[in-house]
Amino acid sequence: MNRFVPNCRTLRDRMLTEIGVKRVEDLFTPVPEKVRMRGLLNLPPAMSEMELVREYARLAKSNTSHELVCFRGAGSYDHFIPAAVDSILTRSEFFTAYTPYQAEVSQGTLQAIFEYQTMIARLCGTEAANAGMYDGASATAEAALMAMRVTGVNRVLVAGSLNPSYREVIETYLVPGGFQINEIPFGPDGLLDPGAVRTLIQGGAAAMVVQSPNYFGLVENIALASETARANNALLVVVADPISLGVIQAPGALGADIVVGDGQPLGIPMGFGGPYAGFLATSTAHLRKMPGRIIGRTEDRAGNTGYVMTLQTREQHIRREKATSNICTNQALMALANAVYLSLTGEAGFREIARQCHHKAHYLEAGLVKAGARRIFSAPFVREFALRLPGDAFEFEDRLLSAGFLPGLPVPGLGNDAMLFAVTEKRTREEMDAFIGAFSKACGEVR
Amino acid sequence: MEKTLFAISCPGRIGVSLPECDVPETEIPNDLARTGEIGLPQVTEGQVMRHFVRLSNRNYNIEKGIYPLGSCTMKYNPRLHEALARIPGLAALHPLSPDHTVQGTLELMHALGTCLCEITGFSGVTLQPAAGAQGEFTGLMLIRSAHLAAGEPGRDKVLMPDSAHGTNPATSTMAGMKVVPVKSNDHGMVDVEDVKAKVGPDTAALMLTNPNTLGLFDSNILEITEAVHRAGGLNYMDGANMNAMLGVARPGDMGFDVCHLNLHKTFSTPHGGGGPGSGPVCCNERLEPYLPNPVVVKNNDGYALSGMGNTSFGRLMAFHGNVGVLYRAYAYIMTLGAAGLREVTEGAVVNANYLKARLRGHYPVPFDNGPCMHEFVAGGPEMAGLGLKTLDVAKRLLDYGFHAPTVYFPLIVKEALMMEPTETETMESIDEFAEALIAIAREAREKPHLLTDAPVNTPVLRLDEVKAAKELVVVEPREES
Repeated sequence: MNRFVPNCRTLRDRMLTEIGVKRVEDLFTPVPEKVRMRGLLNLPPAMSEMELVREYARLAKSNTSHELVCFRGAGSYDHFIPAAVDSILTRSEFFTAYTPYQAEVSQGTLQAIFEYQTMIARLCGTEAANAGMYDGASATAEAALMAMRVTGVNRVLVAGSLNPSYREVIETYLVPGGFQINEIPFGPDGLLDPGAVRTLIQGGAAAMVVQSPNYFGLVENIALASETARANNALLVVVADPISLGVIQAPGALGADIVVGDGQPLGIPMGFGGPYAGFLATSTAHLRKMPGRIIGRTEDRAGNTGYVMTLQTREQHIRREKATSNICTNQALMALANAVYLSLTGEAGFREIARQCHHKAHYLEAGLVKAGARRIFSAPFVREFALRLPGDAFEFEDRLLSAGFLPGLPVPGLGNDAMLFAVTEKRTREEMDAFIGAFSKACGEVR
Repeated sequence: MEKTLFAISCPGRIGVSLPECDVPETEIPNDLARTGEIGLPQVTEGQVMRHFVRLSNRNYNIEKGIYPLGSCTMKYNPRLHEALARIPGLAALHPLSPDHTVQGTLELMHALGTCLCEITGFSGVTLQPAAGAQGEFTGLMLIRSAHLAAGEPGRDKVLMPDSAHGTNPATSTMAGMKVVPVKSNDHGMVDVEDVKAKVGPDTAALMLTNPNTLGLFDSNILEITEAVHRAGGLNYMDGANMNAMLGVARPGDMGFDVCHLNLHKTFSTPHGGGGPGSGPVCCNERLEPYLPNPVVVKNNDGYALSGMGNTSFGRLMAFHGNVGVLYRAYAYIMTLGAAGLREVTEGAVVNANYLKARLRGHYPVPFDNGPCMHEFVAGGPEMAGLGLKTLDVAKRLLDYGFHAPTVYFPLIVKEALMMEPTETETMESIDEFAEALIAIAREAREKPHLLTDAPVNTPVLRLDEVKAAKELVVVEPREES
């Protein structure tokens, strides 16, 4: 027996007697002989707890990325996470609970997610938010599907300045339904080309999907996009970096109908890409067309405040093939991390973190430009920016990796010499100066 | 009642200490700058801790007791795995790190994929799906791609038993397919003749949970999958119930072409109050070329993330899936090995049959035609004869300090109570749970108000779901805080 299976041979025999069979094998008689395995699975030998710790230490040692000073973003950011976040997440009452199907014994999870919804809605400047999606990319794709349910139109316009991975996920989600996707090009300033928007939207669209700050870090004119969308009966879906919402105006306040994004920057480790949590915020008018779970406030029989999963009639358990989405298990614990992070940082701390990201990004950008990089776009940015390097971006990457940095991401879409940098509040002036120095040195080496 | 953070917020309080900004400030253009309050709470670290710890006390969880939700496989979540997943060398990796800087993680992902293929009897795998439902979508997209590649775009029907999980029909719609329901026979299994009558040139796939949601292994499985293949369709297995089959039988040997696994069920990763999960998909060689990008491959230089090229059906997540969950699942498989996984399944099946036996004579079990697998369903018209309403039984169980089973599912059983104790429960804990259920059956006859009033020993009494849906308060109104 192993340490997870408690009923040893003696107990098991008693249980089999109660069941009315002689041997365990008798319980597997419904499995046809022909498919029943004779021997054991061919798996590596089992390891003790001690051996496994050693094995994971070996694997961790084969990774080096975590030792590099990180200037890479493009959807995942190296922020500081206060210790209290993990302290809450590792409480077994939260992490070993199931979906809150029995509300009376799940008030902890339910209230925490209600508070999460409130914080996300306030951050996005919308009236409401759901309990979370898988990640930012799938949340964006689901928002596009939602817009098509709301409008009844089978076409969406997607900004060319959207994160390319997000774009791929949108296609994956939309193509099987026969929906049409058209790309809105960006202008020389890196922002949506308003003329192209006006032309493309003539053909009718359920939604315009715009990222702001966009993939290149630039702040889009959301108010204008919203005006155009509204005039053409389309919804505006804005993909937002939540940290940026500490310094720039909330998309909801500027007229966005659905605001989505990834909660990773809010207290979730980069973790090689997951688990993160997507967020989806919108107006109360669209709640019934929204995918995913929603927590609502109510009362118990004695009039005490309590929380339940609500509007479940939209969901697959009841609506089956007519459900608003197939999403069931989402990323609840990661949404909890977002809630704890936002309550710890709070109004003042959160805004200070966002401001520091902004200031530091501008400091680094100026330093790199001085050292030999060139600006590609002129529009304002928050904490991410694209530069043209004096040489091949992958060559620069190699040299900067050797110098102990995870530099920006080469962006072949903007040319072989383009790199996209991100800065968080974690980076110190000293680190940035060292990075600028290493970049300067690389400039002399790379043709 | 625990006040919300917004209600205890007070201007000036803060829960973090940040360093002074060590670079010159750059002004944010006025027309872009956010003005006015966001409305985030203003509380100290101590207040945050107290708030969430008090909230946590209002939760049930697997470390408090048995969590017998059917088809959810709520087993013990090993503590070691939490520590392993948090090793900085594994957790602090940027997802777009160059391959050579993340060899350890890629090696682990590759090894996990290999284990999952062996467990399911398949050759191809993607670890990207974030949960079971996204795994289902992946499976149907692979099938769709194969039919399109074969020049058969007209195959858009999915055969599905009426006992299927709700995600199955919802997924079919997302994949652009239509559901064709298949009847269950008197034994609670798929009606083979109905499958044979409904397959045809428009059949894309059969989508089947095996063992099914009644906890029954479909004895006709080979005949069913063969009928679908003969008609040119492909077979998808919903692997939600894989806990019943580890080292006992493999989907790949039963005529299935593809299946998903729920790492947050079968492979012990914690459910987190509703996620994160992870729903890897394993498939045979025919479907491999269509796997989502990227996949982990092993080559001469070590491990790499690689695209499947233009045959891939696309991408599901921004990055590579819920890697943190993969770390935990791999630790589970490595702890148990082949013999241990077999013990898991045997333990799960013994425990479910034992609970069923303990309830004999107290709760009706429809379709009780032999051993169940890892779960079973009580209920049916007889429940009413005993004066039992499923919702009341469930709420009364909460008073006894237990979580309730899955209720009102599968839909083919009226007043269903779907129970899955899992292998990590002791005989003693199953006894206690069974005794509570038996006591409740007695109470239903003698003091029925104890059931209709329940729960009374919980942080809140029975909640008004109608009011919640009617009034729709989904965020805290600003004026309250």
